[in-house]
Amino acid sequence: MDSTGIGARVPRKEDRRHLHGQSTFVGDLSFPRMLDVAFVRSPVAHAVLKPAEIDADDRARVFTSADIEAIQPILAEGTIDGYIKTPYPVMARDKANFVGQILAACVGATRADAEDIAERVFFDFDELPAMTDAVAAMDADAPAIHPELSKNIFHQLAFGQDFEEIRASAPVRLTRTYKLARQAIVPMEGRGIVALWDERTTQLVVYSSTQSPHLVRTGLSEFLKLDQNRIRVVAPDVGGGFGYKAILHPEELILGYLAMKLKRPVRWLEDRREHLTAGANSREHIYNVTAYGDDQGRLLGLDVDMIVDAGAYSIWPHTCAFDAIQASGILPGPYQLKNYRVTARTVATNKPPIQAYRAVARPGACFATELTIDALARAVKREAYLVRRENLVPVEAMPYRSVTGKLYDSGDYRQSLDIALNAIDLAKLRAEQKERLADGRPLLGVGFATYTEHTGVSTSTLAGLGTRLMPGHELAAVRITPDGGLDIRTGVQSHGQGMETTFAQVASDVLGIHVDLIQVVHGDTALTPYSTGTYASRCMIMVGGAIADACDRLLGRLRTAAAHLMQRAPDELMFRDGAFHAGTASMTIPEIARVVYFTPAELPADMDSAGLEVIGGYRPKQDSGAFAYSTHVAVVEIDRDFATVKLRDYVAVDDCGTQVNPMIVEGQILGGVVQGIGTALFEEVRYDESGQPQASTFADYLVPGCGDIPTIRLFSTQTPSPHTRFGIKGVGEGGAIAPPAAIVNAVNDALMPLGAEVSEVPVSPARILDALERAGVAPGFLTAAAS
Amino acid sequence: MKAISFEFHRPASVTEASALLAQYEGDARALAGGQSLVPMLNLRLVRPAAVVDLSGIAEMRAIEVSSSEISIGALVTHSELEFARESGATFDLLRHVAAAIGYRGVRNRGTIGGSVAHADPAADWLSCLLALGARLSIAGPSGIRQVPIGDFILGSFTVDLQPGELLTRVHVPLLGASARWGYYKHTRKVGEFAEAIGCVVDDEARGIFRVVAGAMSSPPVVLFDRARATTTLDDVRAALGTAAPSVEGHHVHFHAAAVMRALQSGARR
Repeated sequence: MDSTGIGARVPRKEDRRHLHGQSTFVGDLSFPRMLDVAFVRSPVAHAVLKPAEIDADDRARVFTSADIEAIQPILAEGTIDGYIKTPYPVMARDKANFVGQILAACVGATRADAEDIAERVFFDFDELPAMTDAVAAMDADAPAIHPELSKNIFHQLAFGQDFEEIRASAPVRLTRTYKLARQAIVPMEGRGIVALWDERTTQLVVYSSTQSPHLVRTGLSEFLKLDQNRIRVVAPDVGGGFGYKAILHPEELILGYLAMKLKRPVRWLEDRREHLTAGANSREHIYNVTAYGDDQGRLLGLDVDMIVDAGAYSIWPHTCAFDAIQASGILPGPYQLKNYRVTARTVATNKPPIQAYRAVARPGACFATELTIDALARAVKREAYLVRRENLVPVEAMPYRSVTGKLYDSGDYRQSLDIALNAIDLAKLRAEQKERLADGRPLLGVGFATYTEHTGVSTSTLAGLGTRLMPGHELAAVRITPDGGLDIRTGVQSHGQGMETTFAQVASDVLGIHVDLIQVVHGDTALTPYSTGTYASRCMIMVGGAIADACDRLLGRLRTAAAHLMQRAPDELMFRDGAFHAGTASMTIPEIARVVYFTPAELPADMDSAGLEVIGGYRPKQDSGAFAYSTHVAVVEIDRDFATVKLRDYVAVDDCGTQVNPMIVEGQILGGVVQGIGTALFEEVRYDESGQPQASTFADYLVPGCGDIPTIRLFSTQTPSPHTRFGIKGVGEGGAIAPPAAIVNAVNDALMPLGAEVSEVPVSPARILDALERAGVAPGFLTAAAS
Repeated sequence: MKAISFEFHRPASVTEASALLAQYEGDARALAGGQSLVPMLNLRLVRPAAVVDLSGIAEMRAIEVSSSEISIGALVTHSELEFARESGATFDLLRHVAAAIGYRGVRNRGTIGGSVAHADPAADWLSCLLALGARLSIAGPSGIRQVPIGDFILGSFTVDLQPGELLTRVHVPLLGASARWGYYKHTRKVGEFAEAIGCVVDDEARGIFRVVAGAMSSPPVVLFDRARATTTLDDVRAALGTAAPSVEGHHVHFHAAAVMRALQSGARR
């Protein structure tokens, strides 16, 4: 057979059901006597809440905070220095802290019925000033969102070296403020929950569109005060998560409670309006950067003050400090930087709670660092790719200990940049850029961004971060079936990553069993080993390692049995293509399995009685993580009248170590790049002064569509990690990291002759026009040049 | 979000539809392609007592061409106009405009009549039909009346329809063989609502010349109705200042630029 092991372009096993519309998402589930839930959500951003007025006829179908007091407030703890924990009540009690916060749950026979009830519930408020700006929220006289916090600061950190000498002597010093807008995560499938009480197993069963079923089970247990074995969580097909579904949400607790209270199945399906308002929850960072360089653009020092607009609450379990902790460690990027200092504050505002979105803080950190590299290049009047190249960690320095202590494991970062450079014709583009500037056509710009991404974040790293409930390691259960196939059970959840295929490929690689005969089971706490779920580009490394470990051990048992049956010493047998060979004799896995399962009397009495079922585990010996890396190049055209940015060309050069399935790697990068383009050009929830979100439908919240995306050209190298099984590095998040940096660098390259520079995403026409205005270029300038 | 509970009717004729709409005294909404109405229902932005679904009315589905005009049934979809086979400048403009409305799904269901009756200032048809000098047939309890589109659109999302009335046909005068046109729509991204529209129709042989600016917060306006020797950006800005004084800031340039591009793409400047 053709290998279906590591490196094979195996078509995704899960695609058949998805492409035939035969998947089962939460919204496809139906149970007898099921009720629908609609939430009353706060229409105001910051207000003292008065008791609800509820029609007598509705009273039994409306649940406010007073009715659900048995649910404990969510409390995200951690041993993180400088972090102050604050409770997150699942429904607002005395005070509402953001538009979209849950005030009451209404149950009806249908969703429309539940919404009718919700409309009749009346809340009165005493409005308080809304804090929509993280900087203003730190003012001494700003209203307090939580009594526990001082100046509304959830968390602060400061570390790094003092580098007085460089500060005094560096020939180039530049300061910039970079901002990323608040985004919604916008998975294709919103969140959804069906909860029911199963009397037979005496369990609360919660079907949830989650990335982390076991973690949700732990959270339900903790805040519903229910033993974990009284709870089963099932994630059926999940239509994208991107971090949005990697945490415990208030709705999961409320639905679980209602199912037990009402003894009827209850369902809630998030609609897009709820998502875009109550779920506007990611990416909002501010970076105040001072960089020092020499006259050639060598980066000598980086001094960063970071502010994370965390919204109103700290999410469970990762906490709101996660963005700042991650960003502060990775801001030095792939560069040889010796002098670095960072302060970060994570600030409460009257917006939805911030959480990790694909690549967590990396798009922001990459944006800040990569725009700084380009600004440095402009300051010393050199090509940005040259300055970037000279600053990159050279291959000879690998493994490289970064200034923040991270161990970059392997890779040739400069080669990555060179491949990207060779993929475009920079000299030709530079000539065209000049022509266009003169002849009035849209302005042309070229921008690069290089990053390194810490993947496979594992035990010691996470312990060092002070997080709670993130153990880092993974388990996998594997079982040879009596006919010689393989069942794999894993506690992580596949929701677009193709893990039903790639996990099978790892097992196929070890055992030689065709992937068609391998079944991957995931997403059900009743069936799978414990795991905290799918996030951080870690599943292929960690679960792949655990599956390989389990399969290795299975192979040992198979070998012992085969040796006995073939009357050879175990080490005389050669294992190849799913069979043991000795001379001309051979024995296949199905043949051995039949004996083990059905005629074990043929085997010695002292054979391992555990059969052909194994739980394997994986924690890399050197568990400082792997570092994937990549260079992106964007070529943009800026319309002179409308200041719109058109992507003309986009190149991504990726190295995620060993690729298990190159087709899936490409899919991950393409999807990530498109989301990154959304961050760069379109996606934004703005707030007015009273804290009202200004985007609540897709008419206001723009996401990239196929008409906005050029053919993304992919290149790859494969530099194995020396620290992980098979050299895998992880690729789930990477694509989303660089587009904001590469695209804005391209925009600034185009605007440079006009003396303008942008430093915020999304780089909307308004932001470009503002930058031009700041540069003294009058509105309407562009057409004047044309005519 | 789910709509409030409402009565649902599907009449088979214009007369029946008119009677139903009259019966609810303004508290019924007519449903054509539903591309605006259905989201508004689901968001509960509209809360009608009844929805009168017009899709069963066959006579509102046809395109009829005479020697002087194209008569387009109000239920004709954007896609049907996008793929209309007839030749001539008028159809060329209609095809060009239809092909860039929203997304494929919107074009397959959305109708020209629904779009005009909804009167979103950003709608392509409002600008295009104003430039073409279209008239509309309005059926009501007392028969059918015809009204120029400019008079029908009273304001943003506001039209001249009385209880019991419905828009049944759009009448577009045929342009001559030598007519030229230009259309430019500015959107942030493909398929989004227009932020500026310029539409120019120039039929020297018939003495027709109209330059329209659209997709403002108020309905489209005719900036120029007589051919000029030259039209500069400053001329357009000045005309906008007079015809649409509420347009401010960067938007003045956006609208002026859209009009200039429409002029450059087809008509005499």
